Amino acid sequence: MLKALWSGKTLPVLAVSAIIIALWYIGAVALNGDMQRDAFANANNTKYTFTDLVIGTWSQERPKLPAPDQILAELHKTVIDTAPTSKRSLIFHGYVTLSATLFGFLIGSTLGMVLAVLVVHVRSLDKSLMPWVVASQTIPIIALAPMIIVIMNQFDITGLVPKSIIAAYLSFFPVTVGMVKGLRSPDPLQLDLMRTYSASRIQTFFKLRIPASVPFLFASLKVGVAASLVGTVVAELTKSEDGGFGARLLAGSYYGQTIQIWAALFAAAACAWALVSIVGLLDRAVTKAMGAR
Amino acid sequence: MNASASRVIDIADLSLTFETNDGPVHALSNVSLGVEKGDFISLIGPSGCGKTTLLRVIADLEHPTGGSISIHGMTPEEARLKRDYGYVFQAPALYPWRTIGKNIGLPLEIMGYSKDERTERVRKGLDLVNLTGFENKFPWQLSGGMQQRASIARALSFDPELLLMDEPFGALDEIVRDKLNEQLLRLWEKTQKTVVFVTHSIPEAVFLSTKIVVMSPRPGKIHDIIECNFPRDRTLDIRETSEFLDVANRVRQGLREGHSYVD
Repeated sequence: MLKALWSGKTLPVLAVSAIIIALWYIGAVALNGDMQRDAFANANNTKYTFTDLVIGTWSQERPKLPAPDQILAELHKTVIDTAPTSKRSLIFHGYVTLSATLFGFLIGSTLGMVLAVLVVHVRSLDKSLMPWVVASQTIPIIALAPMIIVIMNQFDITGLVPKSIIAAYLSFFPVTVGMVKGLRSPDPLQLDLMRTYSASRIQTFFKLRIPASVPFLFASLKVGVAASLVGTVVAELTKSEDGGFGARLLAGSYYGQTIQIWAALFAAAACAWALVSIVGLLDRAVTKAMGAR
Repeated sequence: MNASASRVIDIADLSLTFETNDGPVHALSNVSLGVEKGDFISLIGPSGCGKTTLLRVIADLEHPTGGSISIHGMTPEEARLKRDYGYVFQAPALYPWRTIGKNIGLPLEIMGYSKDERTERVRKGLDLVNLTGFENKFPWQLSGGMQQRASIARALSFDPELLLMDEPFGALDEIVRDKLNEQLLRLWEKTQKTVVFVTHSIPEAVFLSTKIVVMSPRPGKIHDIIECNFPRDRTLDIRETSEFLDVANRVRQGLREGHSYVD
């Protein structure tokens, strides 16, 4: 019985989660302990027990490491109890971040696919363009994001677009790399076959290269959509006036609201997970229609 | 050009040398061969004798470095552009994202046949190789032998004069292979195609062919050409006859002479 559960999926997942949460609570005690002892000392409380200390470390207002239940309570407060229109609602911030993420992902993945097609079909571009594509990703986005926002501000481009550009900047790369690999994945036999039919380059492209690239494309879209979210959050650290998870992180660190930071991080992670899952579902549906077993 | 009306392939003094990092490799040297309409030619020889290369030259997948070759009086490239031949590879090379029906229809799509015509030809093709009912299956749902049959139907879907086959049954087990050999023979009888067939199996070559071309390696050249005219409606039983064994022996003899065991 136990063995059957263990070989399944649920029990291992639960066990690992339980271990992480337990370590987390222990970590909270370790990290917040000094502050709690100081607090007891300031209150002239010398007779506290170990249990008092532990409970104290798990319920501070600005802990170094908040306990998981504190983060959950904050999430409950900012997601469910607060009106979605309020600037204190994580739904509001989530909407801001997701809209920029999705728009950026759209631009990024389209650009990524176009670049891949060019790189595969124009020999000189393979040599001349690919190094730039790679170099573009060596610049830390945290350094580049403020520059992009300032420059676009000069041209009166504000709001969603600059953030989406940064999201696109991060998401086009995996799509280009994956799609190039995918478009080049047909084996010599499959290509020879097209040649025996005297197929044109366009026909080979649409009937062989594109369908062959689909699994590769979806794998990179999954990476790309998550990267897109990261790009948006980084952009929001610079351009925080519109809100978004990044703005929430920034405000949290400004005022030492660690619980708020962690809650925003968890919300962002949940969004990334949801986005990757949606792409995954799309992947399954498409590859199934294309005969995957 | 002295090509008579029944001459399908005319090869004279053909050679092909690959330039590799380890120096030139003479894949084909002074190969001359004539193929008549309706012939079933087998190219047989050990690996490295250039039999596949010769087939690929006919299909314009490789370019000869010397000599001449014409197909229906045209260069291989012109013949390819005119879609004069169907090619069956060692592996079925079905596109995994297409159903069997769509795979068979692939050349028709590329050549611009109308949808009705495609449907009709795919149906005929499936029937020809006994795959009726499998039209909507994906390749992985079929056995290796069925996949190779589908690839033969694909090669024949646009009704080319010439069928080029590169060890099409090499990866299949002997029982399936025997069965497919018999079916291929029936198909050849029915369609009256000219076939060039690469193999390294002596019984397969003797059973199928009207002419067996024995090749030898390093450099790849023709060692012997053996006529082999069993009646067209032969069955697998002829493999027990003494005539069959005589021809098979001649082929084996030729292969032995052509092969140097020095290396």
